[in-house]
Amino acid sequence: MKHLRSIPELGVDGIVRILGLANHMAEVNRRPVPKVPALNGRTIVSLFFEDSTRTRISFETAAMRLSADTMTFSVSTSSVNKGESLKDTIETVSAMGVAAFVVRHKTSGIPWQLSEWTDASIINAGDGWHQHPTQALLDSFTIMSTLGRSPSSDCLKGLTIGIVGDIRHSRVARSDIQAFTALGAKVVLVAPRTLLPPEVEAWPVTTSSCLDEVIGEVDVLYMLRMQRERMNEALVPNLGEYSARYGLDERRSKMLSEHALLMHPGPMNRGVEMLIDPASMPNNMITQQVANGVSVRMAVLFDVLGGSETGAGVVS
Amino acid sequence: MREEQTINIRGGRILDETTDAQGRLADVHISGGVIAEVVEAGSKLPKADIDLDVSGCVVSPGFVDLHVHLREPGREESETIETGSRAAALGGFTAVVAMPNTEPSQDSRIVVEFVRSQGERAGLCEVIPSGCITVGRSGQALAPYSELRDAGVTLFTDDGNGVQDPLLMRRALEYARDLDITLAQHCEVSSLTVGAVMHEGSCCSHLGLPGWPAIAEELMVHRDIELVRLTGSRIHFLHLSTERSVEMVRRAKAEGLQVTAEATPHHFTLTDEALRSFDPVFKVNPPLRTPADIAALKEGLRDGTIDAIATDHAPHASHLKEQPLDQAPPGMLGLETALALSLTELNMETQSVLAALSWNPARIAGVGDRHGRPVAVGEPANLAIFDPTHEWVVDRDVVASKSKNTPYHGRTVRGKVRHTVFAGQVVVRDGVAQR
Repeated sequence: MKHLRSIPELGVDGIVRILGLANHMAEVNRRPVPKVPALNGRTIVSLFFEDSTRTRISFETAAMRLSADTMTFSVSTSSVNKGESLKDTIETVSAMGVAAFVVRHKTSGIPWQLSEWTDASIINAGDGWHQHPTQALLDSFTIMSTLGRSPSSDCLKGLTIGIVGDIRHSRVARSDIQAFTALGAKVVLVAPRTLLPPEVEAWPVTTSSCLDEVIGEVDVLYMLRMQRERMNEALVPNLGEYSARYGLDERRSKMLSEHALLMHPGPMNRGVEMLIDPASMPNNMITQQVANGVSVRMAVLFDVLGGSETGAGVVS
Repeated sequence: MREEQTINIRGGRILDETTDAQGRLADVHISGGVIAEVVEAGSKLPKADIDLDVSGCVVSPGFVDLHVHLREPGREESETIETGSRAAALGGFTAVVAMPNTEPSQDSRIVVEFVRSQGERAGLCEVIPSGCITVGRSGQALAPYSELRDAGVTLFTDDGNGVQDPLLMRRALEYARDLDITLAQHCEVSSLTVGAVMHEGSCCSHLGLPGWPAIAEELMVHRDIELVRLTGSRIHFLHLSTERSVEMVRRAKAEGLQVTAEATPHHFTLTDEALRSFDPVFKVNPPLRTPADIAALKEGLRDGTIDAIATDHAPHASHLKEQPLDQAPPGMLGLETALALSLTELNMETQSVLAALSWNPARIAGVGDRHGRPVAVGEPANLAIFDPTHEWVVDRDVVASKSKNTPYHGRTVRGKVRHTVFAGQVVVRDGVAQR
């Protein structure tokens, strides 16, 4: 695979392949010295045009554990602030001999535009409201491995996954929905109409505007971050009303079935969508998601930069 | 001044408003800027400086584009009046209406006269400056209509922006009525399109791009139809893009209101699906819409609800277009492909296509005395001569426009302009601009 730009481009076979590789990488990460020489001498550049903590550090950790050389391009100190265009920037950095760019940008479609301007591989670390494929892969991996299942095209079969919150502006939701349904899960979106995407009827999901009606039936409760900036756009009356209808509070946490997993892509807005301490929940997966993120991103980098399906070169 | 040309045009099929749909074979002699003789095909004509054998071609009145952005003054990196005029002539246009969103805007006599004189200097087609509805197109105060009309402006628009304030629009229509000028509206309720990149629908939903909903256009079409009813004035709707807009205009016309409308080739040939490539060349305002909207626009053109095909020719230099989708400016080239796309995609009689490209827009632009005229003795010699069957492939690297942002690169189309005669001069000969 040359690029990882979106879940649909990766396809179900690709998803299963990455999940399988991630199992190998998780094994590496359990070693006393979690580092292998697989990508020795390859240069990976993080191009983050939008703030990120966990995704950038997760990718950089993954790259270092595969012995790649990593560089970070930080917009605040770059020539972008001198008015250099995105095209000139990527062409300039490419000329230094880069194997892959890990890219985050506030605008949808940037990974496709960049791949017209460079021969390097493009790994999408989030573009606008569009895609965040490694998040979907690590979420799928987390659910699959927690349930003790093996990578296959129906490894999430029989599960109902509820995604709650601002679906409209969420690249996590778009990618997750595609990955979860590709792997056999049913997805129900829970949000007011104003936070659902246009023409959601065409999506392979069901929808509900009432969390109380849905919460007891989900095997996974996936809470999205509710951004405070959205309050200026007349999407919901105020954060208090949003919390009251869609926040996870004490009462709702008791409505969850015992086996249900709690997930969140982070960063959490405590007091908005998360009104209890998730650490108090027995099936809180949030930290596990972050840990799995490193394994999954190692799998992606390895796959994109010419690794083999069996992980040869990583696991002996 | 240029030396006077005499021209013979032999073997062509004349198609204009007065012929039947088949047209008629006839030869034409041009002298002194006017059509001096029209004779039975093969008859003797006076000697001429230029002899054009145009057998197999249609000889039509030159086309009139109600909607072009020539970028001068202010954005000469993307287009100049000269390069845009050349693109127009190659597309068979003998007159173009230059939109007022220049820098400075065309809201004063001096800017309008500059645009007109640059057009005359280029000498490839008539460049008709439009004027602004509001000063600086900022929607705050009325532009000086009388001053601009005295400088020859007949069409007024804030194109690129819709006039948001209903009070201001009402006053503009009332004031315009006294002056017998036409206001042209870019229909977009801007609060509904903040940050919009593409049509709001299933495709934008999937791509996670901010949507430009059809209702943002339709609300303003509806409002302005009601204001026309109230004021007794007239309005022209620029670049209609939605099914319901077409239906509202159809009903307004049936009620006898003075409403005219145009549609662009890109809106009746491309859909929002093109944005799946994330190529900003497909970003345009209003956005590319759905197959149902295309069907409605085509039907509107067929039944006369939509009077004119206008290109909204909007050149942008590569470095402006090659940006993230939210920053790339909207717009695409249109002048050199309009005829071919219309002939290829509309499934209409050629004469009906020419009505929408020539004599209808000539009247809306207020130049019906010299453009869109029948090919007859004594008429001004503004002609487009094209081969309706010639197939060719659009190539962005050979366009006459200064910019390359055509969305049709690589597309095979049918119908090619061979020669263009403007003011009695051959300005395009065998597909090559002569100036």
